Amino acid sequence: MRVPTLLSIATALTALPLMSGSAFAVTEISWWHAMTGANNEVVETLSKEFNESQSEYKVTPVFKGTYPETLNAGIAAFRAKQPPHIIQVFDVGTGVMMAAEGAVKPVAEILSMGGATFDKSQYLPGIVAYYSKPDGTMLSFPYNSSSPILYYNKDIFAKAGLDAENPPKTWPEVFEAARKIKTSGAAACGLTSTWLTWIGLENFSAWNNLQYATHENGLASTDVELKINAEPFVKHFQNLADLAKEGVFRYGGRTSEAKQLFLSQECAIMTESSGGLGDVIKSGIKYGLGQLPYYPDLQGAPQNTIPGGASLWVFGGKSDEEYKGVAAFFAFLSKTEIQSRLHQKSGYLPVTMAAYNATKESGFYKENPGREIPITQMMGKEPTENSRGVRLVNLPQVRDIENEEFEKMLAGEQTAQQALDNAVKRGNEAIQQAIGN
Amino acid sequence: MSPRVTFPNKILPYLLLAPQLAITLVFFYWPASQALYQSMLREDPFGLKTKFVWFQNFAKVLNDPNYLNSLKVTVVFSASTAIIAMGMALILAVMADRVVRGRGIYRTLLIWPYAVAPAIAGMLWLFMFNPTMGSFAYMLRATGYNWDPLLNGNQAMVLLVSAAAWKQISYNFLFFVAGLQAIPKSLIEAAAIDGAGPNKRFWTIVFPLLAPTTFFLLVINTVYAFFDTFGIVHAVTGGGPGKATETLVYKVYSDGFVNLILGDSAAQSVILMVIVIALTAVQFRYVERRVHYG
Repeated sequence: MRVPTLLSIATALTALPLMSGSAFAVTEISWWHAMTGANNEVVETLSKEFNESQSEYKVTPVFKGTYPETLNAGIAAFRAKQPPHIIQVFDVGTGVMMAAEGAVKPVAEILSMGGATFDKSQYLPGIVAYYSKPDGTMLSFPYNSSSPILYYNKDIFAKAGLDAENPPKTWPEVFEAARKIKTSGAAACGLTSTWLTWIGLENFSAWNNLQYATHENGLASTDVELKINAEPFVKHFQNLADLAKEGVFRYGGRTSEAKQLFLSQECAIMTESSGGLGDVIKSGIKYGLGQLPYYPDLQGAPQNTIPGGASLWVFGGKSDEEYKGVAAFFAFLSKTEIQSRLHQKSGYLPVTMAAYNATKESGFYKENPGREIPITQMMGKEPTENSRGVRLVNLPQVRDIENEEFEKMLAGEQTAQQALDNAVKRGNEAIQQAIGN
Repeated sequence: MSPRVTFPNKILPYLLLAPQLAITLVFFYWPASQALYQSMLREDPFGLKTKFVWFQNFAKVLNDPNYLNSLKVTVVFSASTAIIAMGMALILAVMADRVVRGRGIYRTLLIWPYAVAPAIAGMLWLFMFNPTMGSFAYMLRATGYNWDPLLNGNQAMVLLVSAAAWKQISYNFLFFVAGLQAIPKSLIEAAAIDGAGPNKRFWTIVFPLLAPTTFFLLVINTVYAFFDTFGIVHAVTGGGPGKATETLVYKVYSDGFVNLILGDSAAQSVILMVIVIALTAVQFRYVERRVHYG
């Protein structure tokens, strides 16, 4: 077959620099990542700065394609017994990595190997909790974290006679504004959203304090049942389906494609990751930011959002010397000035409290209102059982199933109730299969 | 009968065959046997826990309504792609054959798309017709037509078939042009003298004499549409919306490399292997006999 062959060649090729590197006295640390464009430059700069800051270790970043491709490359390399030291795995891959206990080494262990004692309280609690085992052991190092927020186009708002300085806060308000935008002719489409699964289901349930799945959304056990066909979910998606029928809501695709609809000023309101801010700034649109909308009639809403993005995992089976190098690199990444810079440039969240406070003190949030929203959203309240995160061993597959059902729903082939019932049924079957039952 | 070539040396023939055999073993039999073995396993992505389950994966795949759906999708996609790619190519070849001035330029330009990789071809069509960014998509929507292949499965299929067929037209064109040149001019001239019009000449002389080329292209195009269009599907629709454009090959990829269910994915590729073998055997055994080689 074509695909496996390509993959194995890719694995073999990337193994080459590892082998040639062992000839030098410095310990080489390989880092497989999925960052493109401006974020790739950050990866390169960070590695370069780290390598120049000391002479014992050398971090070599290798771009491995999209998030799923990077994860697959890592898995293939592990099976071929040549895994990299560090691999960047996206949020939905977290469950996959956690289930592979024999393959990975907890980051908490590695950080304490570096000599310094590992102090968890230095890190942002919402983010650390997501990447930890139920007993609190931090398993991976949060590298780029984001949270979904509301973006809106100020020019179109003004044209439609809406208050451009006060974005709608609740879903009913958003729907009303979106309809007004469409009917007034201010824009062709009122509302769009990237990542319907991550924003519309996973974060929707956390933010509105609803259960996504049993056993604390899968954090407490792998044998879970989905609960996403409960009434509030059905109501929300029926609202979206109705808006789609009226042409007020436009669907852009399963991941971040819908951003184009906002950047081209076709759609006036969008829910999207805070990590997408860079492109919005670049486009020169007069944009505004707001909190992720919620339903005011739901008890406890708004609760808190859960992080997306990616974290760095360390493969097992390497030497202590190599792990010390990884620890040194993670310590370098945790430095306040590095974290503050990452946060202010990219729209991703800072990982440490110190970096957050430093950014706050520098007056950055005063100059850039809205940039603090993703952090306050995540940290505003003590998380509940519903809002600590969602973890399934096969979340990528479950998301695909959810997307397929949403697409049929938005095309008018089925109602929201049918779509979510099907998603639950098919999702539960897939989960049972994945855990080996 | 041509004289038989004999080798006095017993080992030499095997030595001469060795390179080809080695390549076949390493690049076909070995991976194929691995796929067969994997198709009887159920294991986690990292291979930490492995269970041998005999033919359970096959039973599951064949009972999966999604698998039958992708079989249907593949048949629709392959048939449409092959028919359109060959039909358009034949029309263009006949036209180009009639052109007197600048024949070379037409031919060269028509061959260009073949040099485009499937994934790139997919991206080209995506950039033109994707409703979030495509310029042609904007024009279509501006006319009031609800062009939305992201949600409309039939439109997504039309987009895929167009991209796949467009890329293959050049290849078919090349062979049809060669086939047309091989047809003796005297036959056509004789028919013309007997009073046959261009249409009649085409259907009674040119088309039957092109049969070997057409048959060859039918095999090539079917195989192309079945197995070589992964890049286009991946770039244009990713199997969506719903599962409206998930072909068999794409399903192998998405089950194995996105959903990480390696056993199911391997079972599907073994089934695909059987389909290719059967398809080729049937075509050459039964269809080829009916074709008259001039």
